[in-house]
Amino acid sequence: MNAQAVSDAELVSPGHSGCAGCTAVSAMRYALEALGPRTIVAMPACCWSIICGPFPHSALRVPTFHTAFETGAVAAAGIRASLDMQGRDDVNVMAWAGDGGTFDIGIQALSGAAERNDDIIFVCYDNEAYMNTGVQRSSATPEGAWTTTTPSDKVRPKKNIMEIMAAHVIPYAATACVAFPDDFIVKMKKARDIRGTRFFHVLATCPTGWRIPSSHAVKIARLAVHTNAFPLYEVENGERYTITVKSRNIPVRQYLEPQGRFRNLTEEMKARIQRTVDRNWTKLNKKAEETATDGLSKG
Amino acid sequence: MKKVLMGDHAVSHGVMLCRAEVISAYPITPQTYVVEEIAEMCQDGRLKARFVMVESEHSALACVIAASAAGSRAFTATSSHGLALMHEMLHWAAGSRLPVVMANVNRTLGPPWNILCDHSDSMAQRDTGWIQFYVESNQETLDTIIEAYRIAERVLLPVMVNLDGFFLSHTAEVVDLPEQGLVDEFLPPYEPRFKLDVNEPHTFGSICFDSNFMRLRYELQQAMNDTRRVAQEVDDAYHKLTGRRYGVVEPYRLEGGKTILVTAGTITSTARVVVDSLRDRGEPVGLLKLRMVRPFPFDEIRALLGQAERVAVIDRSVSYGLCGGLASEVRSALYDSGNGRPPVFGFVAGLGGQDVVPADIEHMVDQACSLNCPPQEDMWIGVRS
Repeated sequence: MNAQAVSDAELVSPGHSGCAGCTAVSAMRYALEALGPRTIVAMPACCWSIICGPFPHSALRVPTFHTAFETGAVAAAGIRASLDMQGRDDVNVMAWAGDGGTFDIGIQALSGAAERNDDIIFVCYDNEAYMNTGVQRSSATPEGAWTTTTPSDKVRPKKNIMEIMAAHVIPYAATACVAFPDDFIVKMKKARDIRGTRFFHVLATCPTGWRIPSSHAVKIARLAVHTNAFPLYEVENGERYTITVKSRNIPVRQYLEPQGRFRNLTEEMKARIQRTVDRNWTKLNKKAEETATDGLSKG
Repeated sequence: MKKVLMGDHAVSHGVMLCRAEVISAYPITPQTYVVEEIAEMCQDGRLKARFVMVESEHSALACVIAASAAGSRAFTATSSHGLALMHEMLHWAAGSRLPVVMANVNRTLGPPWNILCDHSDSMAQRDTGWIQFYVESNQETLDTIIEAYRIAERVLLPVMVNLDGFFLSHTAEVVDLPEQGLVDEFLPPYEPRFKLDVNEPHTFGSICFDSNFMRLRYELQQAMNDTRRVAQEVDDAYHKLTGRRYGVVEPYRLEGGKTILVTAGTITSTARVVVDSLRDRGEPVGLLKLRMVRPFPFDEIRALLGQAERVAVIDRSVSYGLCGGLASEVRSALYDSGNGRPPVFGFVAGLGGQDVVPADIEHMVDQACSLNCPPQEDMWIGVRS
């Protein structure tokens, strides 16, 4: 990580309630590093509802509104509507949701906000299951992963939330990863200066639920990107695709095998996951190339 | 200024006069005219507000709760299944102590599908920490919306104004609109003590497992208790300004009344006609209208019903396995009354929009007078085989 990336002006306090090695905390640090103190957070039920700390304490030095599980996007929209009425256009409103509050119970309100192009930043920090309640599967859980409710591993692939959001033709959608803070912060600063709905899909490795040592949380996040399991890219106006971090194209087994949640995978299943990853990676590259040849990209 | 307005439009005019700043809603019959007219008001500039047109009632209430927390006067309107879908957020509004105001246009819940009036929707939400009013006319609808904001912002509790679907929502009446200046004097801009503010950051709704949780809930109950007094004061202040008042309950021809009817909503108007005609025949019958159902007006009920020989409560909803909700609550109020404990006849009538005509109410009075005590908790009127 680049030592320059994060300033000393921390908006996340020490003493939060995150698990050891929780990268959802790092994700919040990077997001607020880019957005700064003039930011209001709408927080639906997620790990961060706990991480933020019990009343009367708060790990966040920005105004924070805890809200119900399915309401992250619309609570942010309500705060924005109020700020608009107060003539406050210099304040960012960020919804901060987990994968449950984005892919599952939160998707209706998120789709509504995106369709209206509400002027909010919606960040999904994706740890690929209901970790706060003890590792139950969500529609963000990848195929082959063990959870407490997929004891013989999940069969269906992970929902492609980026394509769903891109289909809403919002001005900006990006993936980000805690192992690439520079890329994350650059994208968040870019998003900060765009108006309308901005969506972030952040891979946040979870030592507790992924059954990995906390010291490997960032390393495995990096492998997710370099095996193409979680490519880093952005989509502007639903059509301009740009891959932002060059992949090393490492075989996906190197990402899967260190994780306890994938320990039951057979060679056949690993091969199937590799095929899924390859297919998605090819599709993404094709879109990025088409965008480039259309003369839309690299603006 | 007088205008001919449907009940739904009385709501939207009330919201306009209160200068609500953020509105969010989702359409449902018979609430739709409320939001259509507010959308027009926002469009043509009569109301300077943001209208967030969301994809569900759940989101509508979540939106106005967040807007209220950010410091804006906020409004939503719904009905029936929409209110049921909001249930979780009803708790969130009250638990956050945010002065959101909602109009609920009373409609039953399916199945079978039915868009007509009863009170099943709002009566099912009595335990959520919302102040509840039930109104009888379009004038009262408009006036109660205005009173609701002043009460809400004083006690920091949300208020639900319930008006009967179609009987009020789609029926036109003459409504006297107070001058904007008068309403501004009555209801100054909303200035919350705490709000989401980057210059003074606070966290709202943090997790709380310790004794603070119990304390916060106790404070909510105390705020409800204070509302009994505050609602009366606000009604008195409104009376000074406009000459109109309603009370938290309204006694009608109670003097010397031996049989007292208890109603909420538009059935009250029908019951007035019945009381008048029975009084003309020399029968000692009176009426008590419940306008405020949360907080429940225990003192007024005890003072006004304790001396009656019998009480006949008409419920437009039922708690299945118990009886009508108002009957149950009137019974509970009178049980501990030092004043007397008249038998309470609990009539269930008018579900799913079934008409409750004067003859039905006369029949209830006859039944109550012919029996010493109720044969059962609930007596159903209008069930035909």
